[in-house]
Amino acid sequence: MTEKNFNSDSEIIKPVHTSKVGGSPFKGVAGWIDNRLPILRIFKYEYLDFQVPKSLNYFWSLGGILMVCLIFLIITGVTLGMHYKPSSSEAFNSVEKIMRDVNFGWLIRYAHMNLASFFFIAVYLHIFRGLYYGSYKEPRQLMWLLGIIIFFMMMATAFLGYTLPWGQMSYWGATVITNLFSAIPVVGKFIVTWLWGDYAVGDSTLNRFYVLHWLIAFGIVGIVVFHVIALHIVGSNNPSGIEPVDTRDTVSFAPYTTSKDLFAMLVFLLIFVLFMMYIPNYLGHPDNYIPANPLVTPAHIVPEWYFLPYYAILRSIPNKLLGVIAMVSSIAMLGLLPWLDLSKVRSSVFRPIWKQFIFLFVLDFFLLMYLGKMPPEGVYVILSRIGLAYWFMFFLIITPLVSIMETPLQMPNSIHEYEDWKKKGKIKTLKIF
Amino acid sequence: MPNMSKLILLLFLVFFNISPSISAEDSEKLLNPKFSFDGIFGKFDRASLQRGYQVYTEVCSACHSMSLLNYRNLSQQGGPEFTEEETKAIASKFEVEDGPNQNGEMFKRSSKPSDHFKSPFPNEQAARAANGGAYPPDMSTLAKAREGGPSYIYSILLGYEKSPKNIKLEDGVYYNKFKPGNSIKMPKPLNKDAVKYSDGTEASVEQMAFDVTTFLTWASDPHLEERKKTGFKTIIFLLIVSALAYFVKKKTWSRIEPKM
Ligand code: HEC
Ligand code: HEM
Repeated sequence: MTEKNFNSDSEIIKPVHTSKVGGSPFKGVAGWIDNRLPILRIFKYEYLDFQVPKSLNYFWSLGGILMVCLIFLIITGVTLGMHYKPSSSEAFNSVEKIMRDVNFGWLIRYAHMNLASFFFIAVYLHIFRGLYYGSYKEPRQLMWLLGIIIFFMMMATAFLGYTLPWGQMSYWGATVITNLFSAIPVVGKFIVTWLWGDYAVGDSTLNRFYVLHWLIAFGIVGIVVFHVIALHIVGSNNPSGIEPVDTRDTVSFAPYTTSKDLFAMLVFLLIFVLFMMYIPNYLGHPDNYIPANPLVTPAHIVPEWYFLPYYAILRSIPNKLLGVIAMVSSIAMLGLLPWLDLSKVRSSVFRPIWKQFIFLFVLDFFLLMYLGKMPPEGVYVILSRIGLAYWFMFFLIITPLVSIMETPLQMPNSIHEYEDWKKKGKIKTLKIF
Repeated sequence: MPNMSKLILLLFLVFFNISPSISAEDSEKLLNPKFSFDGIFGKFDRASLQRGYQVYTEVCSACHSMSLLNYRNLSQQGGPEFTEEETKAIASKFEVEDGPNQNGEMFKRSSKPSDHFKSPFPNEQAARAANGGAYPPDMSTLAKAREGGPSYIYSILLGYEKSPKNIKLEDGVYYNKFKPGNSIKMPKPLNKDAVKYSDGTEASVEQMAFDVTTFLTWASDPHLEERKKTGFKTIIFLLIVSALAYFVKKKTWSRIEPKM
């Protein structure tokens, strides 16, 4: 009633505040700015005074590492974009020209290329962390879903990026993957032609892939912002899976978490630099240094390493449409996890049975990764099917069943008690866990 | 501790899994001579690069192009480092078509250091026609474009043998024990004294193969030396900074973690 009447014609008069100037904890110029644009106080509240659980281990440094990777991918990507030519006749040579003639072009290109791989290494560890410690559970479901959206977007970006140098693997990878859409009944063929912008993968395909490559990359930044905002609402999970209650359970973000994350980042950077400077092409495929040739099919068409498990799933099913559905849903399964796992206990530190199945799941991931680069024949196909079966069983059967039947170990009442138990050896985990 | 063995198993899997290339199935193990550019401190041997260039122009360039290189690259740091004069002289031995001139005509002139390496054939079709249908691949990126890289090139050059009795090869196809499938359409390119080295090095087949492989590796990756040098400095820097960061972290956390 009153709400309905609340407009200028109404007789009820209430004060309004169209201007919200003020409220800054800062003085002087900083206060003046912050009174008008509250970014400084957001930074202060959300990063300097922010409390995080004390028991976080190095797995919690990965989020920050991922942000740094993303920023550097964008910086190197934009720099590459200034010299790259998205046309089928010039792309290969323009990338080579970047590596040969542009000042530090070799560094920028190798950095972008290897960062893409390291981005995936970090994101896989990040996802594993969520799985192991139950970070997808109430109240963090939305964060988890946002993460999966980011993961899908990363895969799209990386796939599109891999076509850009227009080598043999670029061309044939793009051909194989876009052709998957032809499995869609009735409209499939039409969709493929529409994606290509032509009747075959070619110049127009490359041009649009280039645009989409960085468009989606910037889209990732947007979703990452949501991911981080949500984090600051729900707070970090931690290895014990118990929510903090008082200051004995937490530390302030700066300087404790920052000093720890900085160290983790430097170690990550060190490993990255080793790859980039000494084996820059190790994670790539040599065929991609042969210019694209529609008339010559490479002996084996293999995707980048981070796609191999899904590629194995795709090829393990003889029917193309079902293969595509299995591939996409294998990743989408992760998104159902918050509703498939009914256990109230978050951390698998206290779930001895579930922990074993997670370990098997990780093994399954590596098994499929191995199978993804083997030819799709004989024993490899059979093993892929076993891998596929476990993958879906893990999500759809094992997870709900174990979560209902398992009796969790005795749990401490708080994070500081957890820390105490750990010191006394009452909780057995690896040091890094 | 079962957990530890799991972790080790996982790391093991990661390392064997991550490289997407498939190791050559049942082919011969590649020869792997000690190249000067291998390893953390790898550097090109200038004399070997210069000799390798000689092998390339005098032998391989009859069939293989190297279109992404310019003659000026030959005097660039980290490469064969011919002097500017030598590079000019090398370039001027080749003829290129230029133009059109003011009368609208194309004309021939001798190459300048800024010109691209001259290709032996005007296009891929011509190259195939002259080589029994096989395309001699462009050599600008060859050392990056084959599994095994330099070792593979070196091995191919030394892998020619009489074909075993049970294998019949057509005319113009040769037996090479390192080529996947063992048949190659390139006739054995290097025979003893195919070139005469001006520095007195004996032009054995191994020596020429070694030199031209070194040259091709540089051509595919002209900034290799700079990369490894910068890499080493960066690693040292990062090691020091990480150690500092570690102690800062320790110190910071010691405020809330009383020593036990
Ligand atoms: C008579 C022409 C000719 C000469 C001279 C020649 N090649 Fe070749 N080369 C070819 C042809 C043709 C092919 C393609 C072979 C095939 O695909 O079976 C080839 C292929 C190659 C390959 C690639 C093999 C592969 O796996 O794809 C290498 C490496 C190579 N040549 C190195 C050399 C080197 C080094 C020299 C100089 C020392 C040289 N070639 C001289 C014609 C030649
Ligand atoms: C989410 C972030 C990003 C990811 C995961 C990513 C991934 C990739 C990958 C895998 C490649 C192929 C690497 C290769 O074989 O060379 C690539 C190439 C490329 N990317 Fe990105 N990229 C990202 C962001 C960007 C951005 C923001 C730009 C800006 C325009 C960009 C521009 C390019 C260009 C020009 C190439 C082709 C040059 C080359 O092949 O080296 N990228 N990217």
